[in-house]
Amino acid sequence: MTRILGVLGLLVVLYTTLITSHPKAGEPDNLISVANLQGRFGIITLGAALVIIVGGIDLSIGAVVGCSAVLFGVLMNKGVHPFAAVPIVILFGATVGLTNGSLITRLKLQPFLVTLCGMFVFRGFARLLGGTLGQASVIEGHPEYKDPIRTLRHLLIGKDPIDGELIFPAQFILLIVLAGLVGFFLHRTAYGRYWYAIGHSELAAKYAGVNVSRQRVVIYVVCSALAALTGVLLFLDAPSVQSDNAGFSWELYAILGAVLGGCSLRGGEGTAVGMVLGAMVLPVLESLVNFRGDASDVIPVVIGLTLLIGAIVDELIRQRSRIHR
Amino acid sequence: MPTPRLQVTTARKEFPGVIALDGVSLTLAPGEVLAVVGENGAGKSTLMKIVAGVYQADAGEVLLDGQPIHFAGPGDAVAAGVILIHQELNLAENLTVLDNLFLGREVTTGGGLRVLNRRVMAERAAELLKRVGLPADRISARVESLPPGEKQLVEIARALGTDVRVLIMDEPTSSLTQRETETLYEVIAALKAANVSVLYISHRLAEVKQCADRVVVLRDGRNAGELAKADITHDNLVRLMVGRDLKQFYPKTHKATGDGKPVLTLQNVRYRGGPDIPASFEVRAGEILGMAGLVGAGRTELSEAVFGVRPVTAGEILLNGEPLRVGSPADAIEAGVLLVPEDRRLHGLVLAESVGFNISLPNLAQISSRFGVRRSEEAELHKKWIERLRVKTPSAAQPVGLLSGGNQQKVVYGKWLARGPKVLILDEPTRGVDVGAKAEIYALIDELAGNGVAVWMITSDMEELLGMSDRVVVMHEGRIAGELRGGLTEEAVMRLATGGTAT
Repeated sequence: MTRILGVLGLLVVLYTTLITSHPKAGEPDNLISVANLQGRFGIITLGAALVIIVGGIDLSIGAVVGCSAVLFGVLMNKGVHPFAAVPIVILFGATVGLTNGSLITRLKLQPFLVTLCGMFVFRGFARLLGGTLGQASVIEGHPEYKDPIRTLRHLLIGKDPIDGELIFPAQFILLIVLAGLVGFFLHRTAYGRYWYAIGHSELAAKYAGVNVSRQRVVIYVVCSALAALTGVLLFLDAPSVQSDNAGFSWELYAILGAVLGGCSLRGGEGTAVGMVLGAMVLPVLESLVNFRGDASDVIPVVIGLTLLIGAIVDELIRQRSRIHR
Repeated sequence: MPTPRLQVTTARKEFPGVIALDGVSLTLAPGEVLAVVGENGAGKSTLMKIVAGVYQADAGEVLLDGQPIHFAGPGDAVAAGVILIHQELNLAENLTVLDNLFLGREVTTGGGLRVLNRRVMAERAAELLKRVGLPADRISARVESLPPGEKQLVEIARALGTDVRVLIMDEPTSSLTQRETETLYEVIAALKAANVSVLYISHRLAEVKQCADRVVVLRDGRNAGELAKADITHDNLVRLMVGRDLKQFYPKTHKATGDGKPVLTLQNVRYRGGPDIPASFEVRAGEILGMAGLVGAGRTELSEAVFGVRPVTAGEILLNGEPLRVGSPADAIEAGVLLVPEDRRLHGLVLAESVGFNISLPNLAQISSRFGVRRSEEAELHKKWIERLRVKTPSAAQPVGLLSGGNQQKVVYGKWLARGPKVLILDEPTRGVDVGAKAEIYALIDELAGNGVAVWMITSDMEELLGMSDRVVVMHEGRIAGELRGGLTEEAVMRLATGGTAT
């Protein structure tokens, strides 16, 4: 609970600073575009957080996002209808998760190692599939896909079908729906209990008769499927995607969001509300840096320092509460 | 004869390099409480783990109600009503008591969605906690916030919530207070009345006598004998366990005159996170100072403050009359104040590393030159302490985690004795140590005191406390409740430990 209060406080400070930093920063246009980014990062944060709760880590998220975005474009270029391409891409993500999860549970490989390899492999796949793709080039080749693509863009991104203006934060709404689902499973069902138990003490879960391997695999499948969905969103939102940098290092943003939201990297901790709040921090920070007119080069420094300060405060609070227990 | 609830015939289990079980058999009738006793390494734990499906036997048969069983894992055993209560690792500490009571068998609705039915679970949980004597408000507490004794009771409550037919308890009272132990006996009696069979592993012979119908003794992976209830005596058990008579269990050859000069003196010491009441006492050269108290009385914490693990915030620690500043364990070790910790697997040894590695660890400066560790000198050091302490290990290269508890403990002593201690702090010096190794460790402690080492021995084992101590200091809820010397009795110690005053 105190962990959520911490990130909530951080968000209040960031939003206040953002709105007072520039007259345009507080306008709905900007807030909607920030919310949309929050939604997109939030969705991968949910996956990363679930993996962290069961005591694992997924470093392949960014590469899977990039690979999925490229795959989505390539499928449509090859004549697959956009409505059919979306489930195919998500299925691809699920297969990636199944592979990661199986390697980790059956062969007992370290999650860090398996997903680090995945990061290289899927980035490589993306580059083998194609270079630069965009909605415009797909529509050029298949004019009949123009309407379905725009419908998807309207529904999932919130952009006007005609002029492409961002009119509502659809990605954020999608995040809330998905977070609601994650929260339901995490906090209201037996499965959630298993995930917390596995993350904190795998043996305790095993001795209680929990099928630890199966639960772990399921979590990796969910995480990679969410990354694939995010790849679709990226393709629909961006004018074009480049296979060598689409989603690059997003796994770190996702892990950052999860940790800011109260997931312990030691496993067994974290809430759905915290995940959403944690994922909201980064886009506000980015917008703030942009409006202050700072060079975008400072963004990584700001992100790094914010997390470090957050971690220090968190640890101090924890030590204090331990002493006074 | 009715069908036994559980029958194990000539079970055999081999691990790389060790035969853990070499044809062990036992039978357990419905509603019988059978104690399984033996030194560490005798095969008790392996046997229990085979019965509970953690291991599979290489040969032999396990029958449950006359039917051969082949558990592929602990989940299968739980489903068949065979529940093992371990000493460790059974609870998910980040979850609440309620969550743990139902972990793996939650009451759910919504079919495959498995939505938790909290109301029903809370009702049943309240009932279960009542049966083990825990207050109802523990239901929503996180397990990590409970004292060790209550955790143990939560585990027992969890077992009671299943259709248990065979309950296996591995050293269930090791972390229980006297009152909690009494509750446990009541629970066992109730289970017996409900025709549940209980396998009870214990090192505490008094306890075995109290609650077992029969005792099976294992030694070196084989059946060493069996005692009916009437024949359960300390001497009979020890004879079967070690295969010989034990004379002089508590040697006392050192002369503690009581006028040795104080080596370690605590003057109004307080430490961070500790109680508001400062602690003062001293340990003299050549004496064994026993420190008694209930679990959680603050004895371990105080020793950790002296050893530099917990920062001292007030008062003074003197070593041979000189003020001693300990900012870290390194300072304490440098000064010759050494700690044999309560949890050797966590604080005493690097388990995955070899016996030699562990002995060398605090002595590397002495055996190193500027070009690194002098190998021959190191080998000499290992040889010397393995021989002197009679550590049973194939070689110094053996990973210390593969040794029995008693031999592990000897290695902890070995790494410190090589440094020549001035003050030796022993926290539960023989916990989880078998009878044979216990006698050797007692002889060693006695010898050290005879050589003038100041020994501060923290122990919850009453026999050990009374048998070894020259003088006893008792702690109660963080403060020094009193001191006893000469004519030590259990009653006097317990009176102080539970908050009474010395008479």
